[in-house]
Amino acid sequence: MIEPTIFELSSPGRTGVTFPQADVPAFDLPEADLLRGDLPLPELAEVDVVRHYMALSKYNYSVDGGFYPLGSCTMKYNPKINEDTCRLPGFLHTHPLQPIETVQGNLALMFEMQEWLKEISGFAAVTLQPAAGAHGEFTGVLMMRAYHQSRGDAKRVKMLIPDAAHGTNPASSGLVGFSVVTIPSDARGNVDLDALKAQCDDTVAGMMLTNPNTLGLFDEHIEKVIGLVHGCGGLMYADGANLNALLGIVRPGDLGFDVMHFNLHKTFAVPHGGGGPGSGPVGVAEKLADFLPTPLVGIIEEADDENPPLYGFVTPKHTIGRMKAFHGHFGGGVVRAYTYIAMHGGEGLKDISQYAVLNANYLKARLEKTYRVPFDRTCMHEFVMEGRFEGTDIRALDIAKRLMDYDFHPPTNYFPLIVHEALMIEPTETENKDTLDRFADTLIAIAEEAKTNPEIIKTAPHSTPFGRMDEVKAAKELVLCCWLPEEQ
Amino acid sequence: MSTTPSTLKYAKSDEWFDAASGKVGLSDYAQGQLSDIVFVEILVSAGDTVSAGQAIASVESVKAASDVYAPVSGKVVAVNEALAEAPESINSEPYGAAWFIQIEGGNGAALLDAAAYDADCAARAH
Repeated sequence: MIEPTIFELSSPGRTGVTFPQADVPAFDLPEADLLRGDLPLPELAEVDVVRHYMALSKYNYSVDGGFYPLGSCTMKYNPKINEDTCRLPGFLHTHPLQPIETVQGNLALMFEMQEWLKEISGFAAVTLQPAAGAHGEFTGVLMMRAYHQSRGDAKRVKMLIPDAAHGTNPASSGLVGFSVVTIPSDARGNVDLDALKAQCDDTVAGMMLTNPNTLGLFDEHIEKVIGLVHGCGGLMYADGANLNALLGIVRPGDLGFDVMHFNLHKTFAVPHGGGGPGSGPVGVAEKLADFLPTPLVGIIEEADDENPPLYGFVTPKHTIGRMKAFHGHFGGGVVRAYTYIAMHGGEGLKDISQYAVLNANYLKARLEKTYRVPFDRTCMHEFVMEGRFEGTDIRALDIAKRLMDYDFHPPTNYFPLIVHEALMIEPTETENKDTLDRFADTLIAIAEEAKTNPEIIKTAPHSTPFGRMDEVKAAKELVLCCWLPEEQ
Repeated sequence: MSTTPSTLKYAKSDEWFDAASGKVGLSDYAQGQLSDIVFVEILVSAGDTVSAGQAIASVESVKAASDVYAPVSGKVVAVNEALAEAPESINSEPYGAAWFIQIEGGNGAALLDAAAYDADCAARAH
């Protein structure tokens, strides 16, 4: 049975809370905007509300419930100790407008987090302000524009973006006002160097590159790519979405990147996908440090023999301004990620990436005889295979839906766009061999079903509360609200 | 896959061009790759000058969003206003009702013929 909406469950007069008798005189509030009697607020008892949301939560699939190999999303398990630390009263009960003397612990943690992210990435400075990944991209690209403008170089209008990029890259560039030029990939899944060379001129503002890219491949000519873009005066943006492959192994700042966003909600185990909020700090090379958003956390009075340092806020000289009210997602993002980094330490972070790469290669090795893997090289933290079989009309979408019947979250599908019927698989480091084997066995069994019983794949899923959705109808006939207030 | 009309010319980016009428559309191969198309926005108006390779429309399917590029340079003389109301016609009649714009001044000499375009698509399938 489909759980009704909470509005449909409402019945006039039911109540979950009984207010105590008022012990102050009644006061008539002005009607108008403050009190809206026309809003049909649902009326239910507490137990009905609890059961309603419990029922909805059972429809959900989460990384706490099962394997979630959603490529490019790094759906790793989020350790529960992060939930304890971010709820410590000293963090929880503070307000961003408190005098800095009263929140030195928070500021010390933010300062140290900036330092740790610098150390991990090889960048000169870090802001914790951006709300999530795409916001971090927007922040980084704004700084790239500010850098060129500060040098009076207004002709740089092109942003180069590989065809394997996340869709957010062209979107962020477009929002800042750059023209996007797509650079194709070569036969090995690298940036096509000839195509890149053809675009490198004095109108290039920069290039946004994800490395390893969305095929899960580390660009074999990364230094040449960066050299070409730098050579024509452009800046290199690293999309940090795939940082989980690199921790402790290679630092984007050392490779020559000028700016990168981190996804704390991917790499550093902050919940995401409905469990957020995300957090998208941005690291920059020395030449961009003066353009960072304000404020950063800094030491405003050095420590002496008697006192610890005094932490406070500092404003970079040519700041692009504020990217967010207050200081980013402190408790939900930064404290959880800080806990995760502190728990693992430097060697532990390196283990994370090595196991993430190992797990992806293990799955790839088990599946590549059954599913075609284009760009067949040793992968990093994820790989992309084709969800189609010769002589059948089974497509990636059908396979993704069928996996739900076996209680797996489907992989990312139809992305990246350069692979036909793409299934993009990122197991992450937190899955053990048994889980990986179960997933591989299931995909191999589905390939067998494609021959013996294709109908069961075409009509999947069969075991979920809802069956196959009509995606065309959903996209064309938008019904986003069950009730709208009538015009006054 | 339906046959690729031999009267049309084709861009590698999957647009067709009818040199006789100046009409531009999206190939059958492209609509098949995109699957069900649910939204179309034409980015140019009659009277605009476009150059080959310039984005003239944006198409969204349940799988992906994609730009449509001008296969030739020239002047836009007409825009198919009905297309936005019936994006699914790109799936059902890619070479018929689902033309995007009409361009005057291009001859399409640099484009592929049907056989060369089919060969290009076949090479991409692997």
